[in-house]
Formats: sequence, C-alpha cells, structure tokens
Amino acid sequence: MPTQPPQDRIKNFQEVALGYSPEMARREAARCLQCRQRPCVKGCPVGIDIPGFVRAIAEGDFAGAVAVIRQDNTLPAICGRVCPQEVQCESHCVLGRKGEPLAIGNLERFAADWERETWGGAAHRPNRVRGGKGKVAVVGSGPAGLTAAAELSRLGYEVTIFEALHTPGGVLAYGIPEFRLPKDILAYEFRQLQLQGVELRTNVLIGSTLTIDDLFSLGFQAVFLGTGAGLPHLLGIPGEDLNGVYTANEFLTRVNLMKAYLYPQVDTPLYLGKHVVVIGGGNTAMDAARTAVRLGSSVTVVYRRSREHLPARREEILHAEEEGVEFRFLTSPTAIKGDEEGWVEAIQCVAMELGDPTEDGRPAVRPIPGSELWLPADSVIVAIGQGPNPIVARTTPGLETGLHGVIEVAPDTFMTSREGVFAAGDVITGGATVIKAMGGGKKAAQAIDHYLRNRSGRPIS
Amino acid sequence: MFEILEKELLARDIWKYTIAAPEVAKKAQPGQFVVLRLHEQGERIPISISDWDRDAGTITLIVQAVGHTTKRLAEMDAGDHILDLLGPLGKPAVIEPVGTVACVGGGVGTAIIYPEARGHRQIGNRVVTLIGARSREHLFYQEELSAVSERVLVATDDGSCGHHGFVTDLLRQLIDDGLHLDQVIAVGPVPMMQAVSELTKSRGIKTIVSLNPIMVDGTGMCGACRVRVGGAIKFCCIDGPEFDAHEVDFSSLLRRLRLQERSAAGCTSAENGTEGCKSQCHN
Ligand SMILES: Cc1cc2nc3c(=O)[nH]c(=O)nc-3n(C[C@H](O)[C@H](O)[C@H](O)COP(=O)(O)OP(=O)(O)OC[C@H]3O[C@@H](n4cnc5c(N)ncnc54)[C@H](O)[C@@H]3O)c2cc1C
Ligand SMILES: Cc1cc2nc3c(=O)[nH]c(=O)nc-3n(C[C@H](O)[C@H](O)[C@H](O)COP(=O)(O)OP(=O)(O)OC[C@H]3O[C@@H](n4cnc5c(N)ncnc54)[C@H](O)[C@@H]3O)c2cc1C
Ligand code: FES
Repeated sequence: MPTQPPQDRIKNFQEVALGYSPEMARREAARCLQCRQRPCVKGCPVGIDIPGFVRAIAEGDFAGAVAVIRQDNTLPAICGRVCPQEVQCESHCVLGRKGEPLAIGNLERFAADWERETWGGAAHRPNRVRGGKGKVAVVGSGPAGLTAAAELSRLGYEVTIFEALHTPGGVLAYGIPEFRLPKDILAYEFRQLQLQGVELRTNVLIGSTLTIDDLFSLGFQAVFLGTGAGLPHLLGIPGEDLNGVYTANEFLTRVNLMKAYLYPQVDTPLYLGKHVVVIGGGNTAMDAARTAVRLGSSVTVVYRRSREHLPARREEILHAEEEGVEFRFLTSPTAIKGDEEGWVEAIQCVAMELGDPTEDGRPAVRPIPGSELWLPADSVIVAIGQGPNPIVARTTPGLETGLHGVIEVAPDTFMTSREGVFAAGDVITGGATVIKAMGGGKKAAQAIDHYLRNRSGRPIS
Repeated sequence: MFEILEKELLARDIWKYTIAAPEVAKKAQPGQFVVLRLHEQGERIPISISDWDRDAGTITLIVQAVGHTTKRLAEMDAGDHILDLLGPLGKPAVIEPVGTVACVGGGVGTAIIYPEARGHRQIGNRVVTLIGARSREHLFYQEELSAVSERVLVATDDGSCGHHGFVTDLLRQLIDDGLHLDQVIAVGPVPMMQAVSELTKSRGIKTIVSLNPIMVDGTGMCGACRVRVGGAIKFCCIDGPEFDAHEVDFSSLLRRLRLQERSAAGCTSAENGTEGCKSQCHN
C-alpha cells in the first residue's frame, strides 16, 4: 500500500498509509486463490467471510464486498487499519508460504473507505431501529461498547452509551494517533450509530455520576460494561515522579484527545524536549515513539527482549524504523535521574539476556549484572501496559473482580457476578486488541438479548 | 453543556459560579471535584465542588483566575455554557465524629474547606476555622464559615486583616494556648499545607490535606496526577484528593506543579522557550 514518504510524514499528523485505488484493490484481490478450506477465516477473531468479500472486490462489486464484511464486523474501516493481521488472517494465507500473503487488512480498509466516501452514510444508513424490546445501558464507548451498542440496537433495544471522557471512542480516540486512525472515521461511525437511534452521553462517569444501581432505577434492564483497561502501569523504579516522565496514556491523551500538537491554538500544553526515551515494545510504545518524532524529538525505544519479540503490529515497527526511531533491544530501565530542578536528565538501563521460554511462549529475561549504562533523556514515556480502572468495581456492591482487577464474567453468558450486568473487552481480558474487544462486545450483546428475552418470557432457572 | 446560572465576585480574582449540573449535584460530597472544559480547544481543569443544591440541581464552584483557563472562565457570564463538566470525582472526605477539628484554608483553598467544615459541624464535631490570604481584598467566605464554625480566625500576609503573618502562626498559637485538636484539615497552596503538616506532625495531630496536582482526565487514565504518599505513587484523582498529610511528599508535588510552566512556555518543542516552539510545532 502506498504511504507518505518518511521524510514528509514525520512533519505532519496525517495518515501514513494512503489506501488503495480501485485498480490496485482489484489487482490485489485477484491474487486470492479462493481456497476451499478458507484458512484465513479461522485466523479472524470474528470470522469474516474473507474469500467472499475479496472475490467481490476482484469483480469490482465494492458494495457487495462491504455487505459481506458488515455481516460480521461493524467497524471495518478501523479494523482494516489497526488489526494485527500478520498474526491473524494473513498468517494463515496460503500465498504466504511462498511469497507475500494476500493483503487482507488493506482490502478490508479499501472496501470500508469506499463505502464511507461513496455513500457518506446517506444511501446506506442503517435503518433507525424502533426499540421496543427494552432499555440497555452501555458503559464505555471503546470498540467493545461501540459494537455492543450497535448489536443491541440492531436487535431492537433502546441503547444509551455512557462515556466518561468528552469524546467517545476509548483508546481509538485518545490512544491511537491520527496518523494511524483518522478521527473523522471514528466520528463517522458514531454518527451512524446515533442515526440508528443509539443515544450517546459523554461526561458521565459510571460508578460516580451514576452508579450501576442508578442505571437500573432509571429503567435500564441490563447494563453492559466495556470500560476497558485504561489504568496505566508504572515501572516502580526510582525517579518516576520526576517532571518529564509521562505514562503513554498521558502523553497520547495530551496529543490525540487534547491536540497539544496544535498548541497554542489549543489550550493543552506538552513539554517533551530533545531526547525522548520510550519504554516498551507494544503498539502503545510505537504510537508514543512515532508521535514524539512528529513533535520534533529524537526518540529511542528501550525494550527488554529482542526485535522478533516486539508485540506491536509489524507495520508499526517498520514505520517507526523508517521514521528514524532508534531501538535498544535487550535493555531494561532501572532508574531515572533528574536535574536539581527535578526535570529528567538521564535514564539508567541494564542489559538483559534471554532465558528459557515461559508459559506465554516468550523467553524469560534476566539482567546482566554490571551492565548498567546511562542514556540521556529529556523525557521518558512509560508504555508498559494498562490494567482495568477500579472505579466501577469500587462502587458496585457485589461486582467481583479477579487477577489484576479484571471483571469476572461467566464464560458463555458474559454475565458478571451481578445479575443483569454484563462485561466484555479489555475490562475482562486486560489489554488485548480492538477486534477481540469488538468480538466480545457483540457476543455479550447477544447474551444480553437472550437474558432479557428469557427473563420477560419466563423466569430464569 | 452546563449553564452558568449565577456569577459573583467574592474577592480579588476569585469568582463564585453557580452551575446547572443536576446529576453532579445529586452525588456531590465534601472533598470531591469536577473536571471541566470550557470550549472545543479548551484544556480540562479540575475544580473542587464548594457547594451543591440537590433540589435545584446546581453546584457551586469557586475559582481563582490564575492562568489561561481560569481567566477565560472569569470572562464568561451567567447564561453562558461550559462545554464539558465531569464529576463528582475523587473520594469523598472522611467525616467522622472525632471531637475538635481545625479547618485551615489558604487562598482559594478556603472554598474547599467550607463543605468540610459544614460536614464536621453537622455530625457534631467542634469546628474551628483558620483562613489565610494575601490581604483583605483576597479574603472571602468569612460569613459562610462563621455559620458552620465555633470561631473563624484570619491571617493576612500584609496584616490588612486579622493576624499579620501566616495562618500557621494562628494554628500554632491555638495549640499552644491549650486547645486540644483531634484533627486538622488543611487546603491551600502547597507550602502552606507543608507548613501545617510539619507543625502538626511535631504535635502528633492527625492531619488531612487535599492535594492539587496537574490533572488531565480525572478518572485514573493518565497518571498525570501522581503524587508520592507514604513512599508509594498514588493517583490523586482516584486515590485522593485527600491524603494523610504526614505521609505526603510535598517537595515532589511542588516540583510536579511546575511542569505546567515549562510545558506552557516550551510548547511541545524540542527547544525550551517560545522561539523553539514556532519552529518545531507542526500541524
Ligand atoms: C496506544 C494504544 C495503541 C493500540 N493499538 C492497537 C492496534 O493497533 N491494534 C489493536 O488491535 N489494538 C490496539 N490497542 C489495544 C486496543 O485499543 C484495546 O484492546 C481496545 O481499545 C479495547 O477496547 P475496549 O472497548 O475494551 O476499551 P477501551 O478502548 O479502553 O474503551 C473504554 C472506554 O470506557 C470509558 N470508561 C472507562 N470507565 C468508565 C466509567 N466508569 N464510566 C464511563 N466510561 C468509562 C473510557 O473512558 C473509554 O472511553 C492499542 C492500545 C493502546 C493504548
Ligand atoms: C483536585 C483539585 C481541586 C482544585 N480545586 C480548585 C478550586 O476549587 N478553585 C480553584 O481556583 N482552583 C482549584 N484547583 C486548581 C486549578 O485546577 C488550577 O488553578 C487550574 O487548573 C489552573 O488552570 P489555568 O489554565 O487557569 O492555569 P494555567 O495557565 O495552566 O497555569 C497558571 C498557573 O497556575 C498554576 N497551576 C496550574 N495547574 C495547577 C493546579 N492543578 N494547582 C495549582 N496551580 C496550578 C501553574 O503552575 C501556573 O503558575 C484545583 C486543583 C485540583 C487538582
Ligand atoms: S488525572 Fe489522569 S489519572 Fe488522575
């Protein structure tokens, strides 16, 4: 897929990947072997009929392609851009054995963009759903909440989404940068949802502004929790409270949600400095590093395992490298040093070596004694993961949580320990992916429908 | 959108706003705050809830115009709307029957002390209130506080009203005069809270402070508000804003509050200072 050249794109926040032209899309789609076993579909967490939509693109039937995708995926323009296709559908593609696998993600993106650009939502606006089956509250507007709301609305429920922040979208809004996921796309998806009849209320912190019990008193018959894993983890090393140390969430929120890169046209400032060190190796770390590059800093990513273990999407790693991000593998931070005024000056790291594989398949790591070194740094961005926010659990009697604060649900019904309260997405799994959160949101919505129909029809056993 | 219903000048640069926010008013407790954003390009800033009227569906905010957003708010009038307002945030103050409580307010912190003093009075504690300000024209809420306190003592830096000096002098005097205090609550500028904390630590009096670090979301998502308490890092917006004063690392808090200055001056740029800002800002 064509991209903005690195030397240009590091000076702007516009999207890096430019998308296929119809001819390019048709040419790429024509490479599909239409295997009978459909191995790619097994790699898709929501089971999209991939050969089906690819065939439609190859035939030039773009509307048909979109219709096929939409049967299983409500947010294709987003998933086409952010799914880790190389470990999902594309990793199963037979073409990949000898050469490049089919660019399924790019094709998904093409079809979705074509739909948005051609129809602008007008001709193919989803029908306004009449409701009538009952009222459901959806808490959180990330991919899990968004998908649950769309599905519940489609099933005939009156849905209200409650979001704490002033802009909906969860990580899609405050975490993933504009240059990877244009915010217009997100705004478009929310407009569609609202046209479909879903009500969106921002600035409501469930557990505080309204509790779960308040929601039931307001007449909601079920509650879906898609509150995500938004609480940033810290390193627990000396110097973490120095000025110039940010969590990736703070840094990305200032830039993406508050648009600090436009300061002083906007009111939210951000200090970064010349040398920025980013700790971590996931998508969050790549987003932070590439955002810092665009703000004019030179950036080093410090990651404790080696390149092949980086959990980020492959495309993001390649883009980061092209944009001049420097990587220090097998390195782990041990302390942050400040100047006399308390601003970050340097970060101490230690070299690591790999050991035997652990349960999750990745090798264990251990520090090499005596290998400490100092890297100069004006800012440090900590991107080592997030856990669920404790607010809802703290204020909802009877809501049980498990390891690391995840909300516990019954595996097939998605119901929490509180009757009528369901959950899916990062809040039940810990930080995962957009598509898994969407898949969970959709299944939970169906489980809510099942619950409400059985409850009103006959008593639940 | 949240309408400003009334606006009143309480003291120099200190404005009182009555805002329509029925859901927040219904839930507000002493010690809690809101985060607001005035307009589409605005910053999110935290402001304490000084009062509320659950029936009328209103909350009262008392805001000192110190910087960009608070000055812009001061230019708004009754009838204008605040774009976003989220709350109530933070843990409510713990108000229990303890005996005698001294409420110490410095500057705009006096506004935050008010609902706490009232809360303590309502459950039967004896309340003595001490307020400090730069000068007479910066003082406010004396009457309101008198209505919920046994005594209100005033200190001004320039001696234009009450004691000439710091509010901590008054507190020391009170203790030295033999008043037994079971608890002290101090809200104000960091150096004032630190001074109170040092004084009460040496006298073994339990003390609560309400911390005011820089915040972004106010919901535990960003970690900007982290403070060092009892050697551990806490998120002020969800673990606080009130903490045991004797555990708080005030120097860390003071340092982190200066972040805003350099951020605002240095823009997002690699070079510190406004010049670097122009050359480095991309949009
Ligand atoms: C920087 C970054 C980059 C990423 N990149 C990728 C990627 O490229 N590909 C990929 O697949 N995954 C990526 N991920 C992971 C992915 O974004 C998450 O797995 C996904 O967003 C989880 O969706 P969710 O709906 O469960 O939660 P979230 O997206 O976290 O949304 C939760 C929402 O709930 C709101 N909320 C929380 N508590 C409350 C409350 N009490 N009341 C009201 N609202 C509340 C929050 O404000 C938030 O808007 C990335 C994550 C980050 C942080
Ligand atoms: C929990 C909490 C409750 C608060 N309650 C109140 C209140 O009831 N009334 C009130 O007037 N203020 C209150 N504050 C402080 C208020 O949030 C800041 O004054 C405000 O954010 C400044 O924004 P600004 O854009 O006007 O100033 P800026 O232009 O951002 O900064 C101007 C000056 O204010 C200082 N400043 C910036 N942020 C803060 C901060 N968080 N605390 C102290 N100084 C700061 C800067 O260092 C600078 O010197 C509270 C803060 C917190 C965290
Ligand atoms: S203000 Fe963001 S975590 Fe507290």
